[in-house]
Amino acid sequence: MASGAQDKQYTPSLLNFFIYNPSFGPREGEEEKKILFYHPSEIEKNEKIRNVGLCEAIVQFTRTFCPTKPAKSLHTQKNRQFFFEPEENFWIVMVVRNPMIEKPNKDGKPPTIEYQEEELLDTVYGAVVRQCYSMYKLFNGTFGRAMESGGVELLIQKLEKFFYRYLQTLHLQSCDLLDVFGGISFFPLDKMTYLKIQSFVNRVEESLSLIKYTAFLYNDQLIWSGLEQDDMRILYKYLTTSLFPRHSEPELAGRDSPLRPEVTGNLLHYGRFLTGPANLKDPEAKFRFPKIFVSAEDGYEELHLIVYKAMSAATCFMISANVELTREFCEQLDGLVGPQLTLLASDICEQFTINRRISGPEKEPQFKFIYFNHMNLAEKSTIHMRKTASVCLTSVHPDLMKILGDINCDFARVDEDEEIIVKAMTDYWVVGKKSDQRELYVILNQKNANLIEVNEEVKRLCATQFNNIFFLD
Amino acid sequence: MAEEHYLELSENPVQFEHASSVNNVFFDEANKQVFAVRSGGATGVVVKGPDDKSSVAFRMDDKGEVKCIKFSIGNKILAVQRTSKSVDFINFIPDYPHTEFTQECKTKNASVLGFCWTSWNEIVFITDQGIEFYQVFPDKRSLKLLKSQSINVNWYQYCPETAVILLSTTVQGNVLQPFAFRNGTMTKMTKFEIELPVVPKPAKLTLSERDIAMATIYGQVYVMYLKHHSRTANSPGAEVVLYHLSRTPGPGPAWFRHRPVPLVLLRSREGACKKSHILKLNTTGKFALNIVDNLIVVHHQSSQTSLIFDIRLKEPDCAVNTHQPVLPARSIHPYRIPLSGTRPGQNRPRSPRSNLTPSVSAGPAAVPTQPPVPYSSSWSVFQPDIIISASEGYLWYLQVRLPPTVHLLQDKGKLMDFLLRRRDCKMVILSVCSQSACPSCRRLHLPSGKLTTVSVPVLDGQEKGSLPVVATVFDKLNQVYKEYLEAEQSYTAAMESGPSRGGGAQKRPVRTQAVIDQSDMYTHVLSAFTEMKDVSHKFIIAVLMEYIRSLNQNQITVQVKRGRVSAPASRFPIFDAAVSDWLQHYLYELVIKTLVQNNLFYMLHQFLQYHVLSDSKPLVRTSARRWQHHAEGGSDPTQLVLFGSVFQACLLLSLESTYPPAHQLSLDMLKRLSTANDEIVEVLLSKQQVLGALRFIRSVGGHDNVSARKFLDAARQTGDQMLFYTVFRSFQQRNQRLRGNPSFNPGEHCEEHVAHFKQLFGEQALMKPSTV
Repeated sequence: MASGAQDKQYTPSLLNFFIYNPSFGPREGEEEKKILFYHPSEIEKNEKIRNVGLCEAIVQFTRTFCPTKPAKSLHTQKNRQFFFEPEENFWIVMVVRNPMIEKPNKDGKPPTIEYQEEELLDTVYGAVVRQCYSMYKLFNGTFGRAMESGGVELLIQKLEKFFYRYLQTLHLQSCDLLDVFGGISFFPLDKMTYLKIQSFVNRVEESLSLIKYTAFLYNDQLIWSGLEQDDMRILYKYLTTSLFPRHSEPELAGRDSPLRPEVTGNLLHYGRFLTGPANLKDPEAKFRFPKIFVSAEDGYEELHLIVYKAMSAATCFMISANVELTREFCEQLDGLVGPQLTLLASDICEQFTINRRISGPEKEPQFKFIYFNHMNLAEKSTIHMRKTASVCLTSVHPDLMKILGDINCDFARVDEDEEIIVKAMTDYWVVGKKSDQRELYVILNQKNANLIEVNEEVKRLCATQFNNIFFLD
Repeated sequence: MAEEHYLELSENPVQFEHASSVNNVFFDEANKQVFAVRSGGATGVVVKGPDDKSSVAFRMDDKGEVKCIKFSIGNKILAVQRTSKSVDFINFIPDYPHTEFTQECKTKNASVLGFCWTSWNEIVFITDQGIEFYQVFPDKRSLKLLKSQSINVNWYQYCPETAVILLSTTVQGNVLQPFAFRNGTMTKMTKFEIELPVVPKPAKLTLSERDIAMATIYGQVYVMYLKHHSRTANSPGAEVVLYHLSRTPGPGPAWFRHRPVPLVLLRSREGACKKSHILKLNTTGKFALNIVDNLIVVHHQSSQTSLIFDIRLKEPDCAVNTHQPVLPARSIHPYRIPLSGTRPGQNRPRSPRSNLTPSVSAGPAAVPTQPPVPYSSSWSVFQPDIIISASEGYLWYLQVRLPPTVHLLQDKGKLMDFLLRRRDCKMVILSVCSQSACPSCRRLHLPSGKLTTVSVPVLDGQEKGSLPVVATVFDKLNQVYKEYLEAEQSYTAAMESGPSRGGGAQKRPVRTQAVIDQSDMYTHVLSAFTEMKDVSHKFIIAVLMEYIRSLNQNQITVQVKRGRVSAPASRFPIFDAAVSDWLQHYLYELVIKTLVQNNLFYMLHQFLQYHVLSDSKPLVRTSARRWQHHAEGGSDPTQLVLFGSVFQACLLLSLESTYPPAHQLSLDMLKRLSTANDEIVEVLLSKQQVLGALRFIRSVGGHDNVSARKFLDAARQTGDQMLFYTVFRSFQQRNQRLRGNPSFNPGEHCEEHVAHFKQLFGEQALMKPSTV
């Protein structure tokens, strides 16, 4: 029709997500028993069985070539499938539709659809699947645990309950390198303030000795974790992408907004529970906290997760799930932690402003970079805007993000330190550096720069931003 | 409970012949000497003090009853008062005439109340009508009146430390007039009035000499007034009211408070005597005062107990400058007078000189077999810390025993404040630290979910929640430590800016026992503490972190190197590396050891990440050594199995590391140190990162000086021929650039590698000397 008709872009989206265990329905006619979870659920049963069967076949088939490393993904024109076996015989499969461009045709012909088969990165979406499992495991323990305590019925119930909500929060279009890293952003802090936080944590743990582990965050960035690294990594993900964003809105809301939590008349401090009771004074208040599973010396341990926040400082207190938490305990915690945390939060804020004034804010926007350290999972990005519950905004074009992902794949292939410099189509330079456990990706927008100039520029960045770490040139 | 006596009498008292009808005993507060005058001196005068070893014995003619007898400072001249009109003098300077000479008081009809020596040859007569200040000329056997002042005097008090004489004037005696003496000058200070609890009608002498004492406390002169309980007043008991006399040098910080402060009593009139402190005795009766170690000790006769007060100790629940006793009332530790023949302090040999005094060892009467009655009315108390029993012939110094106070003072913060101001406090403080750090009382929790805190009753009655207590204790210690460091620093600065400038009055700060540094803490408290089996590692780490926090919070960057004093780093108070780098390193080693032993690597990472454990070369090695030690030396095989693989990797941190963090952490630390480039190269080379090492050394500009052999060795070890080729050529190029010839010097010991190169790539591959 009108010549102004435009191409229509479709971002990658979730087609299917299912979990199955081939050992549950080995005989013919029992295939349905294999399926533990299927999204979308309204799909017809036979199609579900067919899809599961196909995946099973592919995995079995590829296994003949490499028994230890079966297929991880299957590329097709329209979509891509990711296979992940987190526990023996349990398979999680995610099917993502490739991004596509719909080109309108003249003369009323149906539009042509162009699938962009090469746009998706296996590493990124493979990491997304693994993250799904980790998140499930954080709140439910392993699949095996559910099987032990309540059989397949319980497992199906748990999977249904968890993934029904969780899959809605997956935003496949904005997944990128950061999902591969699954890093933790650490809050920069001077030694003295850090020691004060240490002292605070130790004192609270001493006087409320039910508390087993404590984590301390400020501005959604980690400062201290008593949990082990891998547990903290997934808890951090939950806190920053789910719990904190959900609770930040009421804080931003106006004074008279109905969203704003009722001020309980506690003028001594700003502390409040993000999990558990919203209002301690409420006689109906329930003292139930989410339970999480973390690794322990003998497998896993189940813990209550108490998240308590005062201003920008948040603390997670983890208490053995065997203990029933009471109103008295919560009141005691509130009375002890509230005032101290309020004070600490304003201390940190003060230090932070001082530091920023000294270091100079103009340094920041000059470079767009992503930094990740495999050793402590420290991640820093000037490319990404603040993460919210719904979207993860980046300030660069997806094409560039893809180049970053590609460089990362290259790095993953070898152990040695290396450096890759790419000139993108759009006159951008993309530099990837790998030194020991660290990776740095820099995007430079200098049209007429040559290779040497770019190299010099990156050296300058390292000298200013990373002068206190050992980074091989 | 014997352990509760926090006051005791000195072990070796000064013994003298007890007072009797033939033996008069006098005490001179200025020289702290006891005079035993037998038969007016005719059968001997024995002077003992200030300690039990020094004594002087002589005879003098009996010219009547002796009223007062005192040596001038340094035992140069003896003054004896026998009448109310005059004072007699005898030279004790060798080669000077020994004949007595006499000085009558100048004021007519006045009677001499007493006299005080203010120097070796200056003396003040106090008469009922004023004071007369003389200089004595022993060679001429005469005196010269320097100054006099007419004033009606009821009685007087003399404070020898400050050379201040206090005169009681007016009918009621409650207007006190101080005079200060110094180098031949007499200064009249502002008089002041003591508020009497009841004003008698008609007026009569009300303020007694016994109720007034002068003493120096924390370098300040105070007039202490024992205000007896009055029925009319609301006060529940007697009080001691302290009047701060004049303006003296300001209170010094804790580190120099024991230093004898030269008192400059200001001449200005504004320095009037002000009521400054009130000590609540909460009881009534007869009292006596002593000053020991800057504490005011109040003896109560009827209860036979004593109280102590510390005017620096702030009372939160009291009005300003009103003090309650620091500790509950206790009696002085009972003093056992040894049976005849043995002197107190059995371990000590008898002082041969004491034996020479026949009066002491002569009769059994001199050595009573009965223990002295404490607080008996025969006791006389003198300032600052002297108790004399004239009837038994003993002079004791009162002493404070600190260990019992630890149990008597529950509030550990207050206890620290108290202890840090005492003279011999170090070991007691360290024991308090050990005790706080290892509380035998931990909280118990019942698994019901109800938080039940049960204080395990313990012998020492420790309270729960020990971490805040530990923190308070550390903070108080480090506050004193910091003040000392600062004083030391400003002293150094003053010395460098020229000794003559600023009056040159600055004295080097004296390091008192209260200065407890990291080495003390490490040696006496922390290292033993971390070895304790029954203390949780969590608590150990918490205590160590608390100490590090406290150090950081209190420290000020001191640039001792090159003697420059930097401004206080208020932003990031980084603990001074120069002062105690190696000590800190041991402190950190404790932290690392504890973390590693408990497999808490992630915690260690986080501490290092936030630079809690400051960078140092030894620390890098420590980490490595610790890990190594742990891997090798773990005598417990189960531990080895448990941590084995991890530690093994750390031990070989430079090789193919299965435990990468140690590698990265060390390199980062070495990088930040910026003086450790050689170490970085070593680490990289041992990890076979030869090119990386080469690039690194080039980037820091050290390429010209490194040993080629070291790199070639490493390159050859990799077995990578191309790598060897590259490295070899790179050094040939360096040689070319430096010496104009690509070949290696014999001193570089690379012949073997040259041969290897030739063998691999042939002679022709060698770089030829450029002809240009």
